[in-house]
Amino acid sequence: MFTAEMLESIKKVEATRAERMKTEPRRMTADEKDALLRAYHPDYREDGFSTIAIGPNKGQKVPKELGQLLHSNSRILNEEIDLTKIDYDVDVLVIGGGGAGSSAAIEAHEKGANVMIVTKLRIGDANTMMAEGGIQAADKENDSPVQHYLDAFGGGHFAARPELLRRLVMEAPDAIRWLNDLGVMFDKDEDGRMVTTHGGGTSRKRMHACKDYSGAEIMRTLRDEVINRHIPVVEFTSAVELIKDEKGQVAGAVLMNMETGDYLVARAKTVVIATGGAGRLHYQNFPTSNHYGATADGLILGYRAGAPLLYQDTIQYHPTGVAYPSQIFGALVTEKVRSLGAMLVNKDGEAYAHPLETRDVSASAIIRECANGKGVDTPLGSGVWLDTPMIEILGGEGTIEKRIPAMMRMYLNYGIDMRKVPILVYPTLHYQNGGLEIGGDGFTKAIPNLLVAGEAVGGIHGRNRLMGNSLLDIIVFGRNAGKAAADKSKEVELGKMNLDHVKAYAEELRKADCEFDGVSPMLLPQYARHER
Amino acid sequence: MENMVNVYFFGKKYSVPADLTIMTAMEYAGYTLKRGCGCRHGFCGACATIYRIKGKNELKTCLACQTQVQEGMYIASIPFFPTDKRTYEINEIRPDQRVMMELYPEIYSCIGCNACTKACTQSLNVMQYIAYAQRGEFEKCAEESFDCVSCGCCSVRCPAGISHPMVGLLARRLVGKYIAPESEHVKNRVAEINEGAYDELIEKVMQKPITEMKELYNTREIEK
Repeated sequence: MFTAEMLESIKKVEATRAERMKTEPRRMTADEKDALLRAYHPDYREDGFSTIAIGPNKGQKVPKELGQLLHSNSRILNEEIDLTKIDYDVDVLVIGGGGAGSSAAIEAHEKGANVMIVTKLRIGDANTMMAEGGIQAADKENDSPVQHYLDAFGGGHFAARPELLRRLVMEAPDAIRWLNDLGVMFDKDEDGRMVTTHGGGTSRKRMHACKDYSGAEIMRTLRDEVINRHIPVVEFTSAVELIKDEKGQVAGAVLMNMETGDYLVARAKTVVIATGGAGRLHYQNFPTSNHYGATADGLILGYRAGAPLLYQDTIQYHPTGVAYPSQIFGALVTEKVRSLGAMLVNKDGEAYAHPLETRDVSASAIIRECANGKGVDTPLGSGVWLDTPMIEILGGEGTIEKRIPAMMRMYLNYGIDMRKVPILVYPTLHYQNGGLEIGGDGFTKAIPNLLVAGEAVGGIHGRNRLMGNSLLDIIVFGRNAGKAAADKSKEVELGKMNLDHVKAYAEELRKADCEFDGVSPMLLPQYARHER
Repeated sequence: MENMVNVYFFGKKYSVPADLTIMTAMEYAGYTLKRGCGCRHGFCGACATIYRIKGKNELKTCLACQTQVQEGMYIASIPFFPTDKRTYEINEIRPDQRVMMELYPEIYSCIGCNACTKACTQSLNVMQYIAYAQRGEFEKCAEESFDCVSCGCCSVRCPAGISHPMVGLLARRLVGKYIAPESEHVKNRVAEINEGAYDELIEKVMQKPITEMKELYNTREIEK
């Protein structure tokens, strides 16, 4: 399965293993990290970015691919949509059926609101399902929400919005309790203590997990609960534009049946955007660990309706995506592999950095090694080794099967036994640090009855996110959005629905002379190859 | 020239590069997937697929995103399967054998054919976890079914009409909520936060100037 060059390099990895395991690689100083990021992190590559030409973030930097979508016209600009024919009429409309959307729907339902989920694929087809490593919460005796705040704030380069980060860390233990009470099977010892580990950049072991199916276990439980509560879920139906009223409030959304192409109208007193990330936009041609529908739809809808973005120019490249074999190129290799002890090792068998630096630093260091000829060549590029056999030496035989079974299975499908040989990794597009800006209460500042939750939010993590803080944020901010949306819906009086903002946006684009040919939101990536 | 193989999507022949997965091969052939495609990395179960190799008799099941194409593959994706999930109030059920009898009585009609296990795309011992569910051994059922991605291939092949993934899910929720020991440290921390024990501390750290936060962060002690 491996090439001759790979086999040659594996020998060097094996030869240095015993020596490497005697010492922990040194952690970088703040200045070293800074210099490394500037030299190698994709966020610093100027040619990967363009400038936003219109709207509240005019003049700011944006990844080129997202910029194109922001500068494209609406799918329904030239459609006659009859807004008086209402197909769905609800208190709370949740756009997106991932972890944030499902948590929001459950809490809104708990509050007695008439809530509905609309999602362009199936409920649970979301990045939540794919989160492997775990979820952070400061609930052990040697830890505190303040320590969690410090780790996340520093890891995010001191750019997180304090009011958002406060909510994240203070409501984390209750998020774990809530999930546990719903029946999520966390890894525990026989006394009920959660088994917790480190993640990159954590100062306490606060990573809770459900083997390496943490997100899947959370998502399937939330989905089951949504169905148990008979909350309507309209699947294979995308939201293609928000609807507003003459008071400047949102009043619902125009939906599109993904299979028939028919448009539908949903009226709602409050709307929660929980559409997730943007990995499928393949910024700077990176592969992605994201699910098929991660195309930043909510950002486009919200921005066109007047809601500002925050930190739209910062992207998380997960350091360890699969570099080889090609069939699973870009798939996530959970950070937990490093939490359990595997070192990052270059072609020559050197542990060139501490394995648990923050994700942006770790990713930059891998890019540096490969750029300087210290990577191993693969059919699609290059990569460095993640020395997985170390896990079995450190934790005892069987540790990999017990703690990271999904990883083991993924590689065994292609004849690679990670218990015996190291695996090749390279950074993969993983997470959108930025998104729509919200206040501490979950509402957008520009539109009083529009909320955002989950990966579509910008500002919770700052300019980099720690492992395990995303599964946490979708639960904390999803729950909060659901409760707040339900409460708010009681006082909202909707006016006459219109799509004037869509026309106004088109006019601005025309004036700025920056229109792209395509339409947005993208909804699905274009992977089909057509010979003619 | 790339190494190509012939495959048949819904009976129609296409020549595709041999190193592709079934999913990427469909895209190579020109399909824009709507159904039958989710996470693309083996976690969501959206791409349940059934195939037969030309000239062979055996029907096989797989996830399209995790399976490489082979010469002579006749491929049909299963875009949806009417799995039968029963609804219940998680706070009102209890982890006793009765709950399975009430919600999923058909598991007792299992004829032991093992078709579910053979069909499992995750190589789980499906029939065994159904047997555990029959006996009310929920922890064993939960453990054995834990890696299930709910693709539904087992249910497609089951002569007794069992919705296996739903049975495993019920067992796991019962274990997570009722059977696994309670986490005192989580309960305690939630109580402390609710009593306001951290309000002042968090307020203080939020107000600190960035220079001080940098100092605190860069010198913080890291648990071994």
